[in-house]
Amino acid sequence: MTMDLPTVWIGLIGLAVLLYVMLDGFDLGVGILFPFARSPADRDLMMDSIAPVWDGNETWLVLGGGGLLAAFPLAYAVLMPAFYIPITLMLLALILRGVAFEFRLRGRRRGTAFWTAAFAGGSTLAAVAQGLVLGGFIQGVRVEHRAFAGGPFDWLTPYSLLIAAGVVAGYALLGACWLIWKTDDELHGDARRWARISAGAVAALLAAVSLATLLLHPRVAARWGYADGGFDLAQLGPRLWIPALGAAGLAILALGLRRSRHGAPFVGAALVFLSGYAGLAAGFFPYIVPYVLTYRQAASADNALALMLGGVAILLPAIVGYTVWVYWVFRGKVGADAGYH
Amino acid sequence: MDIDALLLSRLQFAFTIAFHIIFPSFTIGLASYLAVLEGLWLATRNEAFKTLYLFWIKIFALSFGMGVVSGVVMSYEIGTNWSVYAEVASPVIGPLLAFEVLTAFFLEASFLGVMLFGWKRVGPRLHFVASVLVALGTLTSAFWIISANSWMQHPTGFKVLADGTLRAVDWWQVIFSPTFPERLAHMTLAAYLTTALVVGAACAWRLLKQPDETESAIALKMAVGMFAIVAPLQLFVGDLSGKEVLRVQPAKLAAIEAFWETRTEQPFHIVAWPDHAKEANRWEVSIPRLGSLITAGDAKAQVRGLKSFAPADRPPVFIVFWAFRVMVGLGVAMIGLGAWGVWLAWRRGGPERSRLFLRACVAMGPAGFVAVIAGWIVAEVGRQPYVIYGVLRTADAVSPVTAGQVSVSLLAFMIIYAIVFSVGGLYILRLIAEGPAAGAREEAASGLRSPGSPLAAAPHDPPGETGR
Repeated sequence: MTMDLPTVWIGLIGLAVLLYVMLDGFDLGVGILFPFARSPADRDLMMDSIAPVWDGNETWLVLGGGGLLAAFPLAYAVLMPAFYIPITLMLLALILRGVAFEFRLRGRRRGTAFWTAAFAGGSTLAAVAQGLVLGGFIQGVRVEHRAFAGGPFDWLTPYSLLIAAGVVAGYALLGACWLIWKTDDELHGDARRWARISAGAVAALLAAVSLATLLLHPRVAARWGYADGGFDLAQLGPRLWIPALGAAGLAILALGLRRSRHGAPFVGAALVFLSGYAGLAAGFFPYIVPYVLTYRQAASADNALALMLGGVAILLPAIVGYTVWVYWVFRGKVGADAGYH
Repeated sequence: MDIDALLLSRLQFAFTIAFHIIFPSFTIGLASYLAVLEGLWLATRNEAFKTLYLFWIKIFALSFGMGVVSGVVMSYEIGTNWSVYAEVASPVIGPLLAFEVLTAFFLEASFLGVMLFGWKRVGPRLHFVASVLVALGTLTSAFWIISANSWMQHPTGFKVLADGTLRAVDWWQVIFSPTFPERLAHMTLAAYLTTALVVGAACAWRLLKQPDETESAIALKMAVGMFAIVAPLQLFVGDLSGKEVLRVQPAKLAAIEAFWETRTEQPFHIVAWPDHAKEANRWEVSIPRLGSLITAGDAKAQVRGLKSFAPADRPPVFIVFWAFRVMVGLGVAMIGLGAWGVWLAWRRGGPERSRLFLRACVAMGPAGFVAVIAGWIVAEVGRQPYVIYGVLRTADAVSPVTAGQVSVSLLAFMIIYAIVFSVGGLYILRLIAEGPAAGAREEAASGLRSPGSPLAAAPHDPPGETGR
């Protein structure tokens, strides 16, 4: 049997990154919303709602990085040095917010205050750093002789800052929708307010990012049939489902918020993310280092990809299975007794 | 290539991985210990085991969290600082790292949530299964990472392509490279010893304050049992591993023993001051002929010295020589501690009765960490100047990044790690100082005990405590 291994693997890495963004997205979002909580008790509840699952969520990031290394080593070798500073920032931020889960419980008064701030600041900074990487990625990376050849700050532009703002707003939205789903009473009401505000910000930033991308990055624009101020409908047509999906997500979100539904807003927010993700993929595919290297050029040896695929075929269903089970174990509203251990 | 960026990248990698290795080497052992404690509790219903479990799981949660976040760094640092290594070696070593994520990290992370927060949500048996799966996950993680590292120490089952990148030709030989079994056993035993030493020190500390604390006395006996069995076993496995080094990495062995000349009847240098420039030891205290006997098993055997390797191919001798002596010295002290403890249990009615022994246990608490880091230095510095032994030099593996970038990131890592790991260490020490009984009271107060258990009606928290 022959199988197009690089294509299977770009699909798998894409899936890992998507799952990472959605899953760690909501728990980073809870951290971004941390400063807006009314009381320490609310903050405890917010943290309890994600404490059992955050570590599993973040593992998708390790799979994204490790999987890129294993399946597309050339892309990994080019992209990581290109984004040296934002990647390092992200790692440091994830350290601070990751240890805060346990440290907040162990600190005394000043310690708890410090780790509360570290959780909020770390979550926000991690989202900003991921946005900067994404922005730098869309802008493209300078490559010579199969290696990164640009400067250390190439990624830093108004465009990448705009993307970073979008990622922060998007994660905050996911976090707010998660809290709507998982909490009740006053915190639930606050989460609805946060969701409304962040949904507005996400809609505005999505529009701004789309517009900026069309104007600043003609190669991506061409994919969408946009050139010289006009759209080519034949080119745009097959991709229209992507913005339509985003609009549908926003509609479900808005209706869910208006009708006081508990689960629907999260579904709507997830659809908005899916649409944004598909929109990005449509702008680049098949490039894995934009405009320089396709995923085929960057792919690892076939025998490595085949070996890993054999493992993934067994392991990924198992991972998805027990991850779903863990979410099911911790289903329902998180209560004040949800405490530790 | 930027020479400063290379040096700084090496410093940063050494710094971040030395901090990281502390946590896995503790949590691998602690996860197994927790599974054993919970199993013993389920089998005997002796509440002391449950109290111990609920106590050590808090320390486990703190350590595991620090291990996770410092580990995420490693998976990206390979790319940010060692991109050439990543590109060249990934077709061979990438699948091993990917399998570590898929078989171990998800398992640990997912069931850790159940272990920490699922006490009331799943039954005791399912909870025990979660503990066992987390322990299995930590061991699986060790399997893959030591497999990858062993391959870098002595690569087999691969070929080099014209463009310089590597390809696997035999996966079995890649995953189970010849030095792997001994090195995996050595690392796993090291983790178990490290944990036993920490548990022993914590119990001893409590028993010095509170001689009648039953839980601590039980746990101390378990720790002494581990010293007595695992420490001698470790000496044996370590020796096997050393024999492999002689066979496949003779330059590393020569550095470990500070052998400069190739000769039969090598002397054993107890201590020495190796000097690269003079290509000799400035001074040494030696036992004649013992060097050949220890390393090759025969006093008459010829063992290669460093001068038989080109200067560019020699590892740094001083640091490897001394790191090895620190590791072995601590290992011997651990064996002594185990023998002493067994003798106390056999002739003096229990190790907890000797205050001197308890103090020795406290003093040896950090010994496992020091020995692990020393052993890691022997393995990794001894492999220099190569990152993949004989295949890729460290100097050729570095990313095209500037010294400025790396110096800022190194500084940032140092600051954040200094805060995070000193505070984390402080919190762990505070918990240890409070002891297991305090933990049991806290659990009772937060209503987490199963109804009807003896401690369910225990007095509540002291007033003034906030939160849970």
